[in-house]
Amino acid sequence: MNGSMSQQQIPQQQQLHSQQQVQQPQQRFQPPLQNPSLNKYLPPNVQNVQHEQPNTALAGQNAPLNPAYLQKSPLHYQKNALMNGGSTHSSRTASPSLNYSENIASSSASSSPNPGKLPSSSYMAPPPLANVSMSSPMQPQLNRSIGSNLGSGPNLAGAGLTPRANPNLNHLSNSMQNLTIQQGIASGPPTPLSSTAAPTGMNTNQTLPRTLGYSHPPTSALGSQGTAAAQRFAPGSMAYTSPVTSTATTPASVPQLQPNNMNRLNSAAPIQQQISPQNFSNTSPPVNQFSPNANMYGINNNPAPPPLSASQHPLPPSMQKPTPNFAPPPTSQQYQQPPTNQHFQQPPTSQQIQPPPTSQQFQQPPTLQQTQQPSNLRKPMYPPSNARPPVSQQQTPVYGTQPQPQQQQPQSFSSPSQYQSQPQSPATFNGYPNSGQLQYQGVYNQMSVAQQGFSKLWGQDSVDLMQQRHILPTERVQPPPIQLNNQFYEAVNCSPEIMRCTVNKVPESNNLLQKSRLPLGILIHPFRDMSNLVVINCPTIVRCRLCRTYINPFVHFVDSKMWKCNLCYRINELPEDFQYDPVSKTYGEVTRRPEVRSSTIEFIAPSEYMLRPPQPAIYLFLFDVSIIAQQTGYLEVVCDILSKRLESMPGDARTKVGFIAFNSEVHFYNIAEGYSQPHEITLVDIDDIFLPCPDNLLVNVKACKDLIKDILSQLPTRFASSHDSGSALGAALQVAFKLMSSPGGRITVFQSCLPNKGPGALQSREDPNNRSAKDILHLNPATDFYKRLALDCSGQQIAVDLFLLNQQYSDLATLSGISKYSGGCIHHFPLYQKTKPQLVETLKRSFDRYLTRKIGFEAVMRVRCTRGLQIHTFHGNFFVRSTDLLSLPNVNPDAGYGMQISYEESLTDIKSVCFQAALLYTTSSGERRIRVHTMCLPVTASLTEVMYSADVQCIVGLLAKMAVDRSLSSSVSDARDAFINATVDIFNAFRLAQNLPSGNSGQLIAPKNLALLPLYIAAILKHIAFRTGTSTRLDDRVYAMDAMKTLPLDQLMKYIYPEFYHLDALFYNNANENDDSDQQDPPVLQLSAEFIDSRSLFLLDCGTLIIIYVGLNVPPDILQNVLGVQSTAEISDYCYGLPSLNTPENESLQAFIESLNENKPYDPIIQIIRDTSTCKSQFFEKLVDDRSESSLSYYEFLQHLRTQVK
Amino acid sequence: MAFNFGAFSYIVALIADAFLIFFAIFHVIAFDELKTDYKNPIDQCNSLNPLVLPEYLLHISFNLLFLFGGEWFSLCINLPLIAYHIWRYKNRPVMSGPGLYDPTNIMNADNLSKNMREGWIKLAVYLLSFFYYLYGMIYSLIST
Repeated sequence: MNGSMSQQQIPQQQQLHSQQQVQQPQQRFQPPLQNPSLNKYLPPNVQNVQHEQPNTALAGQNAPLNPAYLQKSPLHYQKNALMNGGSTHSSRTASPSLNYSENIASSSASSSPNPGKLPSSSYMAPPPLANVSMSSPMQPQLNRSIGSNLGSGPNLAGAGLTPRANPNLNHLSNSMQNLTIQQGIASGPPTPLSSTAAPTGMNTNQTLPRTLGYSHPPTSALGSQGTAAAQRFAPGSMAYTSPVTSTATTPASVPQLQPNNMNRLNSAAPIQQQISPQNFSNTSPPVNQFSPNANMYGINNNPAPPPLSASQHPLPPSMQKPTPNFAPPPTSQQYQQPPTNQHFQQPPTSQQIQPPPTSQQFQQPPTLQQTQQPSNLRKPMYPPSNARPPVSQQQTPVYGTQPQPQQQQPQSFSSPSQYQSQPQSPATFNGYPNSGQLQYQGVYNQMSVAQQGFSKLWGQDSVDLMQQRHILPTERVQPPPIQLNNQFYEAVNCSPEIMRCTVNKVPESNNLLQKSRLPLGILIHPFRDMSNLVVINCPTIVRCRLCRTYINPFVHFVDSKMWKCNLCYRINELPEDFQYDPVSKTYGEVTRRPEVRSSTIEFIAPSEYMLRPPQPAIYLFLFDVSIIAQQTGYLEVVCDILSKRLESMPGDARTKVGFIAFNSEVHFYNIAEGYSQPHEITLVDIDDIFLPCPDNLLVNVKACKDLIKDILSQLPTRFASSHDSGSALGAALQVAFKLMSSPGGRITVFQSCLPNKGPGALQSREDPNNRSAKDILHLNPATDFYKRLALDCSGQQIAVDLFLLNQQYSDLATLSGISKYSGGCIHHFPLYQKTKPQLVETLKRSFDRYLTRKIGFEAVMRVRCTRGLQIHTFHGNFFVRSTDLLSLPNVNPDAGYGMQISYEESLTDIKSVCFQAALLYTTSSGERRIRVHTMCLPVTASLTEVMYSADVQCIVGLLAKMAVDRSLSSSVSDARDAFINATVDIFNAFRLAQNLPSGNSGQLIAPKNLALLPLYIAAILKHIAFRTGTSTRLDDRVYAMDAMKTLPLDQLMKYIYPEFYHLDALFYNNANENDDSDQQDPPVLQLSAEFIDSRSLFLLDCGTLIIIYVGLNVPPDILQNVLGVQSTAEISDYCYGLPSLNTPENESLQAFIESLNENKPYDPIIQIIRDTSTCKSQFFEKLVDDRSESSLSYYEFLQHLRTQVK
Repeated sequence: MAFNFGAFSYIVALIADAFLIFFAIFHVIAFDELKTDYKNPIDQCNSLNPLVLPEYLLHISFNLLFLFGGEWFSLCINLPLIAYHIWRYKNRPVMSGPGLYDPTNIMNADNLSKNMREGWIKLAVYLLSFFYYLYGMIYSLIST
């Protein structure tokens, strides 16, 4: 047989790979201290931790199935042509031309290695009995994978599910002697019955004794799941599920803020340079204790001498508060009082820093003075020197005293007047709703005080970035509100989480927009998981007859029968039943309809919105089972989660799933309802792909649950013995397209290497030596095969989602086409290995979320905008079917979209513009729905207002998307230049708009709402997507670019500029036994190492990863209470997961992390890095405000901007 | 009156140019349909792409006749367009088939307007050159 001959050499390869399979997949988050190899010798119940919940019911069902495995042999279809080496085309038509081999042996013969060559001698000794004698109830076949995995204990463990296979030593030894690799998913332990049909040479594998080891109790798999880690990662821990309890909701905290307000006032005085006192909690008790007693260190820092810089001051920033030197004047206090809960005062903002020539200057703290004060607070006694220059501290004047005018500022303000008029100071950065104050450096005094006061009143204050060193507010940046001068409109307007515009006041003409140099566009997160969505079912959906706009809160009702469309201004009639109010069941009041009361609404669509009956949920999974994929060991993780989540995947009774595995052949799984076992069909001819059998490849989940779970339990080891390095992704996708083409649905592809066989084969393009080159090549696809296929899929309502778990370069630039244009999503796990627990865990969580999240099928999204505007460019994963219509075969809640807007005509005489995104989709339960979001924005003719209404995060998000396009069409360096130019242009435009003096006056004046722009741009220039000069794998870069295009804005901002928290506030709050209602978020810090304190804990929230950084000298009690370790030395280098302890510190940290994860698709894993860890660099590379070898620091970037802004 | 090679090349150019005018009109109509959402971009690209190379080859072929016939001026006024065609085709997106238009980015407003403008300009050029070829043909026919 040709097939068997061609695979004779497999055993040798197996020897090679056996060593690689030795690695034990890390169970959960066991600390890496534990030697992985030890696991293999643990009792079975320990080893089976991965199977968190063995399905005992299934076990019972499977046991009786086993005889069937023995007796019934798999249908192994081999194409006639290939088997005979003959022509291929004749076999296409019907099954008779397929070679059905009704026995196990032929299937195993086609791929089983020659027994004589089996590597028994080269393998290690058989493993201890305990190792192999465990078996899980989910494992119906015993010796399926013995041949491949028996050889060594490590090998067994490494091959994932196999260790659970063999119940019986006798069994084992037999199979060892026979050295048969069982092939075929149905080729179970053979019986004489099946052996009759088997070729004689293959009889060896049928001599296995039929001592089935199902006697072991199902608890063996349950064994050690009670570990803390396993509990923590229990399937219930999904994102979006739990309401956050730890967010600070404190009207009660407002009174406590008064000391803080005073502090703020102090720091606003231009004369006074203060580094705030140590204060560990911003809630009242510490403050109250502190302030009056002056138990703080106030550091009077002289900003006047230029070299003087307070950057590396020894205090952890969040522990510092501006000293309450002044009694707070009541008048200014109302300005100061933040409307909501006040977090920590932002200590950095209380410092005045002269713009440093370089960033290094910031690193020199010697002028700081600090005295250690005895405090009655519980706080760590910080050793004064922690790799820091000695500093001395000086006691601050007591609260209520006058400031010490130690410095002469160049400004002409006298200190008291200054501080009293602090709210009027134009440069005070006080506009963010909750921001700590930023100190005024009287830089441009051209404005009169009255003017400054007015401008502040109107939210039009600006800030000199050169003076304002710490620009980031201490709380999370909130989107600026939209002011429509209509309370109802403002209240009802679309949530900024769903839709945001780069400007909150739209310029009235293209000319004005060009003057402002701002990009105009909107970012939409249309299918976001929402808790309070209004769903209505009405017979007629009211829409404009001309532009088909859905009725929304911003329409104008001419009278009770007519409404005027707010997009095209046509006057439409209202249907009779629209006047019926479903809530009060009365007629007459149209404004009480839910359509008019909510700008986000979901209609249940009547049948005219269907071109065909709503499709069922159909999921097809494509698994790469090449040798590289086997080595990564992803299959067992994926199959495990898949079988657990089978019932919780969205869908109704019609839900179908199917599985296709591919290496250099394509394997189908025929799961007919009546079968006792799944049948595998292998298609060898991949160049001319066809569907081997028309049905039963996609089967109903409910009807065939057991068979599906059967497949999933066998798949991970099914190909462990075939060392096929080919990956025929293109062929598998083609056949998947054929399989799915009539109903549509979702194809999930797991790929772990470069596709190198059949159609769509690719060559490696990346030069590893060139990863840090200036010009980045090969960002564009090498072939349009995947794009064309994606377009075909899109036409048939199929989305392809890609999970890339690659070890080497896999040309994501080309492969991503399959998802980009079919509305899919891409998940990338670079360097995935089952030995890396963090990657395994991330894959688990991400895939878990992927399976269970909402899904919309056969979706289209249309974005309409007011006449005069049009959509210029779309960003995201979809196919643009017409100028305003996106074709989204699938839509998922984690996908965001961006649109650039351009002008068709001027908007003069229009008061407001609206954007309406309507998403028409089929729910997984077969219901057609329309989700409509409408956003209304005012129009302005004033350039200043445009500038002051810009939304910096949205701008950065849109710029990132545009830059990705630029990188692809031109080059990355062009995109980088474009970033800088855009920033410079915006500041130039602002300077012109404000008529500020030109020339290098040492200032960089920015509107306060755009003050963060340079910070974000500097960070994005160092982002993996756009950085140059730093070694970056091409796939990582391409993935990052795709993420820029598709992430919703909130996640994108974390991806660009991770949130960095100083955690001490959590712990010391608790230490002071405040009740939980006072719990406040820790302060957000800028991403600079200057804030790092060796005595504190820090948390970095990167979106998909949370890093907790443990300083070297964290007090032991904190360590004990938070992390459960005695000293930092006990934290291992690779420490993942936060232990749950029953201490208030730990609980508050858990609650805080939960609040961070509130809006994330899945809970990210937590990595704990101690100061001396080897992965410290992972943490420090995220601190993007600092300088690196190849990039500027934030302050250098500012300097650069300043020279450019003329 | 002499029917020389020059006159022959003008006659060929005249006929070919008539076809080119139709190509250009079709181009403009096709993009207008795209703009007004009458057509699916995939279908439209499938109908546009096969016409790109024939148009270019037709244009180049009668310019080759000009070259052989020594009609230098006629050749020169066509050279910029030939150069543009070559540049355009060299910078086309990655595709396996012939053609220029990629359904995934053709709906970009910039692309649409650029292609529209190109269509109009080409139409104008072909129309003007049509009359020039007519003149050239008659001139070469009546000149001895």
